[in-house]
Amino acid sequence: MKVVVCVKQIPDPALPGELDPSTNYLKRDDKLILDESDSYGVEMALQLAEAAGGGEVSLVSMAPNGEVSGLRTALAMGAEDAVLISDDALAGSDALGTARVLGAAISRMSPDLVLAGVESSDGYTGTVPEMIAGVLEMPSITFAKQIEVDGNTVKVQRQTEAGYDDVECQTPALVSVTAGVVEPRYPSFKGIMAAKKKPVEELDLAALGIDAAAVGQSGARQETVRVTDAEERQAGEVIEDEGDAHEKIVEFLGELKIV
Amino acid sequence: MSVETILVFGEGDEGTPTGLTLELLAAARGLATNVEVFVAGDGAAMATELGAHGASKVYTTGSLDGKLTGVHAAAALQNHMETGSPDAVFFGQTPDGRDTAARLAVRIDQPVVTNNVGASIEDGALVVEEPVFGGTQNVFTAFRNEGPALALFRPKSFEAEAVGGSEAEVVTVDAVDPGAAGSAAVTGRHVEERSGPQLDDAEVVVSGGRGLGQPEAYVMVDELAGLLGAASGASRAIVDAGWVPYSKQVGQTGKVVKPNVYVACGISGATQHLVGMKGSKHIIAINKDPEAPIFGVADLGIVGDVHKVIPALIESLKSR
Repeated sequence: MKVVVCVKQIPDPALPGELDPSTNYLKRDDKLILDESDSYGVEMALQLAEAAGGGEVSLVSMAPNGEVSGLRTALAMGAEDAVLISDDALAGSDALGTARVLGAAISRMSPDLVLAGVESSDGYTGTVPEMIAGVLEMPSITFAKQIEVDGNTVKVQRQTEAGYDDVECQTPALVSVTAGVVEPRYPSFKGIMAAKKKPVEELDLAALGIDAAAVGQSGARQETVRVTDAEERQAGEVIEDEGDAHEKIVEFLGELKIV
Repeated sequence: MSVETILVFGEGDEGTPTGLTLELLAAARGLATNVEVFVAGDGAAMATELGAHGASKVYTTGSLDGKLTGVHAAAALQNHMETGSPDAVFFGQTPDGRDTAARLAVRIDQPVVTNNVGASIEDGALVVEEPVFGGTQNVFTAFRNEGPALALFRPKSFEAEAVGGSEAEVVTVDAVDPGAAGSAAVTGRHVEERSGPQLDDAEVVVSGGRGLGQPEAYVMVDELAGLLGAASGASRAIVDAGWVPYSKQVGQTGKVVKPNVYVACGISGATQHLVGMKGSKHIIAINKDPEAPIFGVADLGIVGDVHKVIPALIESLKSR
């Protein structure tokens, strides 16, 4: 079984994010890291490959400047190899442009299963996985909280507002996984060392046969017209509990006529 | 682009449209002269209520017979839009809304802008507003495409309001077979027990986070919620950890709540969480870390141990 996992390399979410004032794109100047949301997809792929009695887990990522730091983390977890698409013409790509690029790269890899996180932690559009399935004309199941592969059938517990649904389809298929479904493994020292030697194939748009005008800012066909600061919510009273803070809460709830 | 017709992707349960569907109708009414609804499923049963909220027509595919919605809805929508030609399609930021918009975007090669909380028309173009960086900034994006604008909106971004319209005209549209891509089938449904006030519309919400220390401590949150007639919620951290089900999650990837009072117990206030509850009228926070970001948005912040403050609060409320 061949599993391809889509991974996004993002600015460290622990650092304050910033938009470039000239382009209004998210600044990605510093080192990028593996999006935590995607570590669940990587872990799930590794577990499914193990359960299938051996399988190949490959990664695919689109990032500026030949960035591989996040890919190396996922390779250290146990993925075998990776494909990176990096091209200056991709700056400003929207979800659809991104999906066309990733879809083109994935179709060269002929996977049985494509996994992705439900949404990234920086852009969180939550539409790229389903768009990739659309580009590949594959069945897809989004919001998976559990995945089982039985021969050519993928069985998924799909999270819903009310609980979950059992959903199944035939491979090849794409499944997007929610955060927290599995416990992503920490790369071992041996894994980290091995990851440095694992192959990362770097492709540009020409290699994928994609017209630069169809992606990037021109392909997005949308324009950021302005960015404004949101109204700040004012902090109120903060008190230290000295055994009587609950009385203060009751008083506050009383003023609001809740009690 | 002048905006004549906006099509709303309508969702509902047993003939009742969701609150979010009605919110989208309110937004669409403010921008377009004609508002219509597309329902992937049984839309006829919702025609009266959708009409009351300003929809002129309801396009309906009829039952999808257990097929997963997105691909099928997108195929039928594309077919409909070849003749129906709306200027924009509004979707809710829901699982089916996202799936359908994504599949439709690929099929008709049009861009989608997600996570919006506002919409306007500027110089003839649809402009949508999306909060970024945990809601500290808002990005306004104008559609510059030839063809319909596809936009997704977060719940509780608009006020639903019935405007007394008559029943919407029901139009049955053809289902379109999307081939192998449409083969995902729902074989079973599991509904978690829901009792008492619901997060979506509760007057008071009491939520718990990692600061509770252990899963068993969540009973305090439930007990406090019970005493206040509140719905109980949770941060993503304890949902991911498996302490409580996803249906209780408040935040970016969970529910957006705007109650009169929000009580955050042992929640530090990651931006992930703040975007889901910052719109609450009043916020009370209890956390032992005085530096926790939750105190930056709280009207009343208690720096203290939830294991002391909440039991004392429960006792005090019981004795009233």
